[in-house]
Amino acid sequence: MMNFQFNVSELIFVLPELFLLSAISIILLFDLFASERLKPLTYYLTQLALIITGWLAFDLIGESAIIFSGTFVLDTMGSTFKVFIMGFAIIALVYTRHYLKAHELLRNEYFILALMSILGMMVMVSGHSLLTLYMGLEIMSLSLYALIASARDRAVAIEAALKYFVLGAIASGLLLYGMSMIYGITGSLDIAQISNFARASTLASQQTLILNFGLVFLVIGVAFKLGAVPFHMWVPDVYQGSPTSVTMFLSTVPKIAAIALLIRLLIDGLGDLQHYWSDLLMIIAVLSIALGSLVALMQSNIKRMLAYSTISHIGFVLLGFVTGVVEGYGAAVFYVLVYILMSLAAFGSIIVLNKNGFEADQISDYQGLSKHSPWFALIILVVMLSMAGVPPFIGFYSKLFILQQVIAEGYIILAVIAVVFAVISAYYYLQIIKTMYFDDADKEITVSAPLDMRVVLSINGILILLVGLMPSFWMSLSVSLF
Amino acid sequence: MDSLLSLLIWFPILGAVLVLLIGNNRIAIARWVSVFISILVFVLSVNLFLDFDTSTSAMQFVEKASWIGQFNVFYHLGIDGISMPLIILTTFSTVLVIIAGWEVIKNRVADYMAAFLMMEGLIIGVFSSMDSMLFYVFWEASLIPMLLIIGVWGGQNRVYASIKFFLYTFLGSVFMLVSLIYMYNLSGSFAIADMYTLPLTLTQQSWIFWAFFLAFAVKVPMFPVHTWLPDAHVQAPTGGSVILAAIMLKMGGYGFFRFSLPITPDASSSFATVVIILSLIAIVYIGFVALVQKDMKKLIAYSSISHMGFVTLGVFVVFSIMKMGADGQLVSINGSSIESAYLGLEGAMIQMISHGFISAAMFLVVGVLYDRLHSREISTYGGVINSMPKFTGFAVLFALANAGLPGTSGFVGEFMVILGALQANFWFAFLAATTLIIGAAYTLWMVKRVFWGPINNPDVSTLSDINTRELCIFAILATAVLLMGLYPQPVIEVMHASVINLLEQALTTKLPVSL
Repeated sequence: MMNFQFNVSELIFVLPELFLLSAISIILLFDLFASERLKPLTYYLTQLALIITGWLAFDLIGESAIIFSGTFVLDTMGSTFKVFIMGFAIIALVYTRHYLKAHELLRNEYFILALMSILGMMVMVSGHSLLTLYMGLEIMSLSLYALIASARDRAVAIEAALKYFVLGAIASGLLLYGMSMIYGITGSLDIAQISNFARASTLASQQTLILNFGLVFLVIGVAFKLGAVPFHMWVPDVYQGSPTSVTMFLSTVPKIAAIALLIRLLIDGLGDLQHYWSDLLMIIAVLSIALGSLVALMQSNIKRMLAYSTISHIGFVLLGFVTGVVEGYGAAVFYVLVYILMSLAAFGSIIVLNKNGFEADQISDYQGLSKHSPWFALIILVVMLSMAGVPPFIGFYSKLFILQQVIAEGYIILAVIAVVFAVISAYYYLQIIKTMYFDDADKEITVSAPLDMRVVLSINGILILLVGLMPSFWMSLSVSLF
Repeated sequence: MDSLLSLLIWFPILGAVLVLLIGNNRIAIARWVSVFISILVFVLSVNLFLDFDTSTSAMQFVEKASWIGQFNVFYHLGIDGISMPLIILTTFSTVLVIIAGWEVIKNRVADYMAAFLMMEGLIIGVFSSMDSMLFYVFWEASLIPMLLIIGVWGGQNRVYASIKFFLYTFLGSVFMLVSLIYMYNLSGSFAIADMYTLPLTLTQQSWIFWAFFLAFAVKVPMFPVHTWLPDAHVQAPTGGSVILAAIMLKMGGYGFFRFSLPITPDASSSFATVVIILSLIAIVYIGFVALVQKDMKKLIAYSSISHMGFVTLGVFVVFSIMKMGADGQLVSINGSSIESAYLGLEGAMIQMISHGFISAAMFLVVGVLYDRLHSREISTYGGVINSMPKFTGFAVLFALANAGLPGTSGFVGEFMVILGALQANFWFAFLAATTLIIGAAYTLWMVKRVFWGPINNPDVSTLSDINTRELCIFAILATAVLLMGLYPQPVIEVMHASVINLLEQALTTKLPVSL
């Protein structure tokens, strides 16, 4: 029986969400009534809203509470995730605006939809009941479907949106099905009570069976949202078809939310079934790493290549969860954060080369970049080597952390498989470096991005090196979340 | 100076950033700044030699600071008699390649110079790291500038060669990473010194040994994982070949000294014969392969593999000479003195350094010819002595050194290793000694076809002799080769204490004695 109580003093803990929701409403109204001259302000208001929300979330770090009758949890992990979501979203929107301008897609609904999906992510991050989690997931996903379709005169974008919508709906359905199983057997939607139920040693075999049955569907749902093999089919098409700014958004911030979903459901909720879901995740992880690395080798479209590379990165993240220990989870979170930082820079560098509606999404578009724009070529070089896991860049330390945990738990074979595929994947990252540095250019490339885009992309690239030289802080932060 | 090693690592790297900032449009400034930085680094590194305490095997010039607290990784630097000569070799070679690339490189000059400075810093980092994770970071990072050097300034087939180089060595290294992490999980420390004392069973040691072996053997390179080297060398610009041969290959040899022997002594001992056989195959078979090459750079590349065979031979032959007695004293296996075990290890070290000079010189010789006629084919040339007498003088000296003529540095290392091998097994020494014939054959035959004889190609008669810049480089190298050949004692003294210590570690079993 749910006993719903509402206490006004609890509202302080949802201040970031409340603020963001109000900001969305205000920005929506502002945009509706603003004159043409004032329209560009919407973008700045969006960024301002993100900054303030991030600050509010930052302020709540250290607080912990379970509120609204156990449907919403505030903990250090949630608040930290929210801060990172805001930070990465701010970077993503800087790149986005340049892209939208260059492609004449600049409509302010874009920013409002992005804010809406971020609100959904925040709800997911803090969900403490199956319902809240699902609601957050849907708020996020519905906004993303619309974002993909925002390039409404491009057939590929519409196809991508439809594909994402249909497959996303199936995934949501599977997740809901699993949730209903769990609810049916535990009689509760509350994560804490589900956890208590699973911990009880006196489970009848029938109950265990149903619990595991539900668990499998939860894992499938999460794997779908993360884009892990064998639930990855949508990833390449959606990544390639979406406008690059949306691809960038899709491949970055929602991953934090999806990881939060995984943590809330599998670790917080069904942590006692860890030995069951570990094995499931292990197979998914290895397949993701292998397929992502191998198929990426054959891509000529850089967005599609990055899609497969994402799949293999997600495989590494899942390896962290396979270990079933707190440090392993920390390593996974660290990997996700690092991956997002690199992914932002990678898509940012596709966008920075965009000009007058021309998409620089073929690898051959990068020919001779190092001659015409040595600085951005250097940044892309850093990003690619970092993704390949070459020290001293940050991508190496994320792999190191995962491998260390995997080996510590005795899965040496897994580590060997992972490193071999890491070497294979290095080949396609090298292809981009080769195109930029070794090939002769047959056409001029000029970078005409505005100053804010250049500055943010440069900082993004430098961070990949600097955090790589000093990775200690992020690593201990990631572990401290659990 | 307390932070001399840090200075040696970071000064060239920051210098490289400076040169990058100067940019490709201000070529003259970029060149002068680079050469200034490299000479300064060399002068600083000589201090390592001057202030070095030869009486101890302990690490010197130690610096230690916490780096990644999460993993107990320290920014921990230090050198002993094994790493110090290699560091000086690095700083020395970098000066040479920067001068050698002076007017030869016309495309993206500043980037070229910066890449070599960057690599210098990273490789000094490799040789001075006392923390294995720090070592790994430098080890892998040094691939990046080399990848770019081959790929950007290389020859026709540069893309293939550079990517093959990168992936080959990357694949070798990741297994080393796995075994380093494995040992970290056992001991809770990435410090190399802690790995020396970490007890490991023979099975564990064997896995770790082969993981290390993959990383180091690819780098050395040993037969049969040598195939990246001829491609990389042929395609790389002259400077790239020089650094590759003179220093990067030594990283593999250094790895055997620093990691394989002390960390996995029992596995090294049980697999020593395999390594020795692979080394002998490299020495003999690759020597014959060199004989039939038509491309000068390829010939020298194969000769490099053959010469590096002496390094691995010298290292692993000690297991056939000495063993650790029950009382903790070293005892001889077949009546030879402990000196011959030292001969093996020290010969290997001398061979590495001498090969650093000679291969650098040989690649520069080819570079000089290539700059003039843009051909590396032996058949293009003939009678070069007629138009380039000064150059031929140096070239013949280096060729003789490459063939192991007594009085040159090439002789010392090979002779020491052969003497050591003789104590282990007559046939090891016999096969290794054939190199004196095969090496002389391929080198001198090349000299004959390129430098002597009538001029077949009219272009050859128009060749201009070496200019002052080239003369300086060759004169410095010739001095180094002769000095090492006539008086190697200072170098041997520097490493002696460390070698004694290493030998004891390598022969002290990590297994329970009760077996």
